[in-house]
Amino acid sequence: MALLEVKDLKVRVEEREILHGLNLTVNEGEIHAIMGPNGSGKSTLSHVIAGKPGYEVTDGQILFKGEDLLEMAPEERAAKGVFLAFQYPVEIPGVATMTFLRTALNAQRKARGESEYSTPDFLKKVREVSKSLNIPQDMLKRGVNVGFSGGEKKRNEVLQMALFEPSLCILDEMDSGLDIDALRIAADGVNALHSPKRAMVVITHYQRLLNYIVPDIVHVMSKGRVVKSGGKELALELEASGYAQFEDAA
Amino acid sequence: MPAVQETVERVKRIDVDQYRYGFETLIESDKAPKGLSEETVKFISEKKNEPAWMLQWRLEAYRRWLTMTEPTWARVDYPKIDFQDLYYYSAPKPKKTITSLDEIDPEILKTYEKLGIPLREVAMLEGVEPKPGEEDPTRRKIAVDAVFDSVSVATTFKAELKKAGVIFMPISEAIREHPELVQKYLGSVVPTSDNFYATLNSAVFSDGSFVYVPPGVRCPMELSTYFRINERNTGQFERTLIIADKGAYVSYLEGCTAPQRDENQLHAAVVELVAHDDAEIKYSTVQNWYPGNSEGKGGIYNFVTKRGDCRGDRSKISWTQVETGSAITWKYPSCILRGDNSSGEFYSIAISNGYQQVDSGTKMIHLGKNTSSRIISKGIAAGKSQNTYRGLVTAHRKATGARNFTACDSLLIGDKCGAHTVPYIEAKNSSATFEHEATTSKISEDVLFYCIQRGLSQEEAVGLVVNGFVKDVLQQLPMEFAVEAQKLISISLEGSVG
Repeated sequence: MALLEVKDLKVRVEEREILHGLNLTVNEGEIHAIMGPNGSGKSTLSHVIAGKPGYEVTDGQILFKGEDLLEMAPEERAAKGVFLAFQYPVEIPGVATMTFLRTALNAQRKARGESEYSTPDFLKKVREVSKSLNIPQDMLKRGVNVGFSGGEKKRNEVLQMALFEPSLCILDEMDSGLDIDALRIAADGVNALHSPKRAMVVITHYQRLLNYIVPDIVHVMSKGRVVKSGGKELALELEASGYAQFEDAA
Repeated sequence: MPAVQETVERVKRIDVDQYRYGFETLIESDKAPKGLSEETVKFISEKKNEPAWMLQWRLEAYRRWLTMTEPTWARVDYPKIDFQDLYYYSAPKPKKTITSLDEIDPEILKTYEKLGIPLREVAMLEGVEPKPGEEDPTRRKIAVDAVFDSVSVATTFKAELKKAGVIFMPISEAIREHPELVQKYLGSVVPTSDNFYATLNSAVFSDGSFVYVPPGVRCPMELSTYFRINERNTGQFERTLIIADKGAYVSYLEGCTAPQRDENQLHAAVVELVAHDDAEIKYSTVQNWYPGNSEGKGGIYNFVTKRGDCRGDRSKISWTQVETGSAITWKYPSCILRGDNSSGEFYSIAISNGYQQVDSGTKMIHLGKNTSSRIISKGIAAGKSQNTYRGLVTAHRKATGARNFTACDSLLIGDKCGAHTVPYIEAKNSSATFEHEATTSKISEDVLFYCIQRGLSQEEAVGLVVNGFVKDVLQQLPMEFAVEAQKLISISLEGSVG
């Protein structure tokens, strides 16, 4: 059984249809890249999978581990193992990153019927994880993303990914706003978390990110559909020839 | 009214009352007759075995009150209160002795659990008697003077406080045991003629706390009081007086949880603080009166006068409040900065949900030289509520070098609520430095979705974001209260979104 199956997905925002029957299948352990120009519906797809309000699914299905994802509340999806790394992680003033991590992790564990972490156990775990990702402890004491640089924000996303241990990670434009060094550090984190049980869906404009996170499958999106899928060489091809050829195909 | 007729009327009333209330006096609650008159005032004074001077003080206040009218300047809207349709005094029903927590109403226990109040404390609040050989449930490092329906029922830790020379007792007892102190300070910060509700309180106050910390003494523990309203239709008129003598320090906590009510209940407390030279008083409140139901029916009317007098040089008074309950909140804990180099602080979290109306803030009155004040106010409005910050900062002509910093932040949840900021700033001398900052923001959908994507429910997300918003103020609360307050904030906002 596929980890994620998106079938003929049609999505509207207000009165406008953004996705016009999209298909995507992701298996455990695979890394998929979704590329496409602005407005092709890449971010919409990631938002609909995560359950962001404001999108109306008019047709189609999303199955996650065989279960109907669209029937689940967004927080249930998170507890089931869907993780969305945001393009622009939000700032939450006054809430220490440590507090946020613990509240979220325990909420997920509770939803799964697992015991909640005690404070000492949690501290131990978060220290281990942040150490393995070379994330300074100091970052955990600061307000969630408050005053973080672009790179720090993305590393905070990676830290959460490591801590929550999701089975599907969707990385939405993770390269936006990052310089090349920050990009490498963030990508290293993502690569460290890749495992045979965990799939990654990398959404990006540019081939650049795919130098660091090497995909198994590349999909090209245009005008709300996947218009072409192929191996990692497809990304290079796109880099050379641009998206224009697919605009017509769609 | 001719004297004879008056006497006849009085005898009649007493007869009727004894018939109606006498039985209750013995078995149930010890209630004053409904309505407000000189007789009611005398009844209360008599019930408390008060000396003649106290009764006189009350009567003067009552006569003054008759000439006053209710203030209408606050941004609150409520049906006219019929002051003759209320009871002004009720003693608690003698409680059935219970020996275990199992005998307490599970609904009540659930509220405590949500608030995270330790069970041992619940045991004490609910009056569980310790079994022989068991540790006394009251043995905590907080001295609690629990107020159930107007009368202080339990006073603990008296011995330890006594050793330090601290007087901490119900004010009714202090009137009898320390009349010289009460007479000297009562009404010296909030005069009996101060305002409609304070005057009413002066006439009919039922009970409250009295604290006196002698010179140079640091009170060895946090002092705390739990107020509760249990009787239907009983106006609550608490009176608290705290004096920190030269170089003394005291931290006082006040918190309340009220059970659900259908009818509106009036609460008009007066709190007076006096800080002498080099003394410091920290007064913290967590207020959780019943806010009314989802249609805005019922709920407590809370008209409170709280004022601190920094009477001595280098004295300091700090107010911290977490206001989550009440249908109407009308409350402006203030500081009179009389002593040179004295300072005042006001840290406030005011949350309104449903149909609640909050009009709260502070007054910082700079009279002495080089006085300073700091105001941090966080207002959170949800549902269909209205939340107003109203503050006054004023520097007298002779208050050279006065400094104030004010930050008022408002957070809106949803689009049917309102937040308002009404700051009054008056500087009567050119050396004053006043700063005022204000922000209003809405809780953003993106922030909520971020939290929810990480596994939090909508309500948990709102609770987390709001707790972050109010963190600067929460940090001012003593540890025990901070945790409780944090949970209370989340509970208060249940159902505010979605």
